[in-house]
Amino acid sequence: MTDRQPGTSTAPGTTKGSEPRDPSGTAEPNRGRTLLRDIAESTGAVVTLAVLAALALAAVLIAAANPEVQRTASYVFARPSDFLTAVWEAVWSAYSSLFRGAVFDPQASTTERMFRPLTETLTASVPLIFAGLGLGIGFRSGLFNIGAQGQVVLGAVVSAYVGFAFQLPALLHVTLAVLGGLMAGALWAGIAGALKARFGANEVIVTIMLNSIAVLLMSYLLSTTAFKRPGSNNPISPMLDESAMFVPLLGDSFRLHAGWLLALAAAVGTWWLMERSTWGFKFRAVGANADAARTAGTSVRAVYVWVMLVAGGLAGLGGVSQVLGTEGVLQEGVAGSIGFDAITVALLGRSRPLGTVLAATLFGALRAGSPLMQTVSGTPIDIVLVVQAVIVLLIAAPPLVRSMFRLPAPGSGSRLAKEVAA
Amino acid sequence: MSVSTDKSLKNPGGPTDDRGALTGEVAPPISWQAPVAYWVVAALTVLVFALGAPTGSETTFSLATSKDFFQLAPLTVPAGPVTIGLGVLVAALAGYATYAAVRRVKVGVWVPVIVGIAFLLAFLVWSGADKGNAIAVPNMLTQGLVFAVPLAFGAMAGLVCERSGIINIAIEGQLLAGAFLAAVVATLVSNPYAGLLAAPLAGAAVAAVLAWFAITYRVDQIIVGVVLNVLVTGLTSFLFSTVLKENSSTLNSPPRLPVIEIPLLSQIPIVGPMLFRQTILVYILFVTIAVLQVMLFRSRWGLRMRAVGEHPKAADTVGIKVNRTRWRNTILGGAIAGLGGASFTIALGLAFGKEMTAGRGFIALAAMILGRWSPRGALLAALLFGLAEALRGTLSIVGSPIPAQFLSMLPYLATIFAVAGLVGRVRAPAAEGIPYTK
Repeated sequence: MTDRQPGTSTAPGTTKGSEPRDPSGTAEPNRGRTLLRDIAESTGAVVTLAVLAALALAAVLIAAANPEVQRTASYVFARPSDFLTAVWEAVWSAYSSLFRGAVFDPQASTTERMFRPLTETLTASVPLIFAGLGLGIGFRSGLFNIGAQGQVVLGAVVSAYVGFAFQLPALLHVTLAVLGGLMAGALWAGIAGALKARFGANEVIVTIMLNSIAVLLMSYLLSTTAFKRPGSNNPISPMLDESAMFVPLLGDSFRLHAGWLLALAAAVGTWWLMERSTWGFKFRAVGANADAARTAGTSVRAVYVWVMLVAGGLAGLGGVSQVLGTEGVLQEGVAGSIGFDAITVALLGRSRPLGTVLAATLFGALRAGSPLMQTVSGTPIDIVLVVQAVIVLLIAAPPLVRSMFRLPAPGSGSRLAKEVAA
Repeated sequence: MSVSTDKSLKNPGGPTDDRGALTGEVAPPISWQAPVAYWVVAALTVLVFALGAPTGSETTFSLATSKDFFQLAPLTVPAGPVTIGLGVLVAALAGYATYAAVRRVKVGVWVPVIVGIAFLLAFLVWSGADKGNAIAVPNMLTQGLVFAVPLAFGAMAGLVCERSGIINIAIEGQLLAGAFLAAVVATLVSNPYAGLLAAPLAGAAVAAVLAWFAITYRVDQIIVGVVLNVLVTGLTSFLFSTVLKENSSTLNSPPRLPVIEIPLLSQIPIVGPMLFRQTILVYILFVTIAVLQVMLFRSRWGLRMRAVGEHPKAADTVGIKVNRTRWRNTILGGAIAGLGGASFTIALGLAFGKEMTAGRGFIALAAMILGRWSPRGALLAALLFGLAEALRGTLSIVGSPIPAQFLSMLPYLATIFAVAGLVGRVRAPAAEGIPYTK
């Protein structure tokens, strides 16, 4: 497993396909067809179709689990219309309530409430953006960091501690809490980076193990007097000071907080780091070919450490935004499954900052909309995991999606591209 | 994985090594990591456990269960002298390891095993010192084995896949799928053995998806594994919430596998109940490990599997079908993991619950690595992890001097030390994770 490039090896074809292939003017006569073909070959088409296919598969599950559908299925050949109506009702009720919970709710009483779901989606996307950006940097640098979960947990723990243990002026307090969480996540990931650089320890295994250790560490800390709420027997910390919390962006009736702006800023910063800075160039060089980068004079070991520090810091901010933005308290389960969801976010976003933000928003929408879906249509939240997993599986195997929908393969016109890819 | 090959393994030096250096052969560098680790353990044993035990305190171990034929009397030992003795034993082994390292001789696997056992015993004596309750050793061992069974099955699944070059991160998902289907089928047929037949099918189905994506579509194996875990978690939780919850009596109340007591053997003091008073699943595990250990290193099947995992091109050249071997091994591995999943539900007579495997698949992965991709080593590692888990339970009864969470960290820390090369070297199959194309 040495020095493979998981992030890049997933889709060698699509990254090539998205670049404009200049047919040196020969394609001028049928420009319209070329354009259509480019769209069909593009990553965007694959992503869209993967999302649709995942939703369709989930629809099958939703329908199959619906009691009304099961009842009408027993006489489906006698009256197929009953069965089809029941299927339609089950799927429509689930997806319409998902939409109402995640984007826009026309049934709400006030205009403000109608738009509330959209802000919930953005709120849910914040930790996913942070952690997804961090993982994306790792993937592009050839480091498979499964450890976002642990880094999120550590970020949450430290920022929460800063938040409730100190009394400070507002701006200073929140800054310190953010920096504390960032450093904690960075150092936690840095362990894996340093072990890889110094001993060649495989980062996949180390980060998986660090995840479990982080959760146990939090569980231990929450049982100590330093972290436990006075007078409570439950593993829960005191409430954070108001001065340490992110300010709400749209007033107190919405949960959307300043962390969202910070996340967008982090996305821009990540873009600058990876595309415009010397370090980003080194990161990508190591990801593309570590041996070549070493020959060219890059210290691959230093890159391993720095990539993990940056990635961990971003993931740590995911934990910070969870604590300072929405929860306001540290307790077990504060990190949810953000670290694992972020892996799917980074994969769906192709490890690019813009893609990550969009993917995080999509998964944030699934997350924000699913509680309403559960109450209205009785479809359990767990279906979101299925949708998420299927999307990423399909994205990871573009040839599968292409053969499913009979799309042309990218660069199928040029034999050379195929030979290079092989 | 990604650990540079250790030259000292290939060149087991003897007394002639020093002279060899003079005649132009380069002696490999001395590997200090293992001896240093043993010295640290020795120091810990003496400084923390021996000096930490109250003077003149005693620890009591009960050595028999009520069902045993030989009723061994509870053993009471003085805490101080025993821990010091164990510390001296570890120090002696550390000294031997240092000597071996200087002479560049490879030490056997028995050294870390004895160091581990001595450390564990010293820890037990220290924790139980001057506590009212006796430490029930047979119960703890039996509990440890119960915890170790899914880990050992998972580790076998991992190594069957990885020896052929497919990384199986989806062990967790395969365990979960096995637990789910075992519970449902056993309830439907109201026969636990039916569940035992169904569980491998579920694991194999998950593995088939892994193989399909990893081999046919050459998607990164770690990505597929991670995503499959999410998928299986989502699917089983969805089905649990929609179907199983409301019909738990008809779909999710599996009968328990009966305990089969082997006559005579189960009466062996202390270890008898642990090894020979178990369900058929545990006996299947023992047989699986024994068969794998022999087949992997002594059969044509095993040789081909290892060839595919180490150097697929060479294997292909001599006519071994690389991807077909990988397909078969991945499916077989998934089936083994699925069988391990049965230990969560029907082996204990428990209903299926959401995410009931709780990360055991990852500990199984750790056991496989710590056992250096060999069935015997993985079994030992799984037993160690199972015992650590059981120890946590025992200590919560006796009253633990250190927080339970730190005991739970033990498997993870041990694995990190192992992959960092601090405790010996681990080396993954060379072609692991790399898709094969002709």
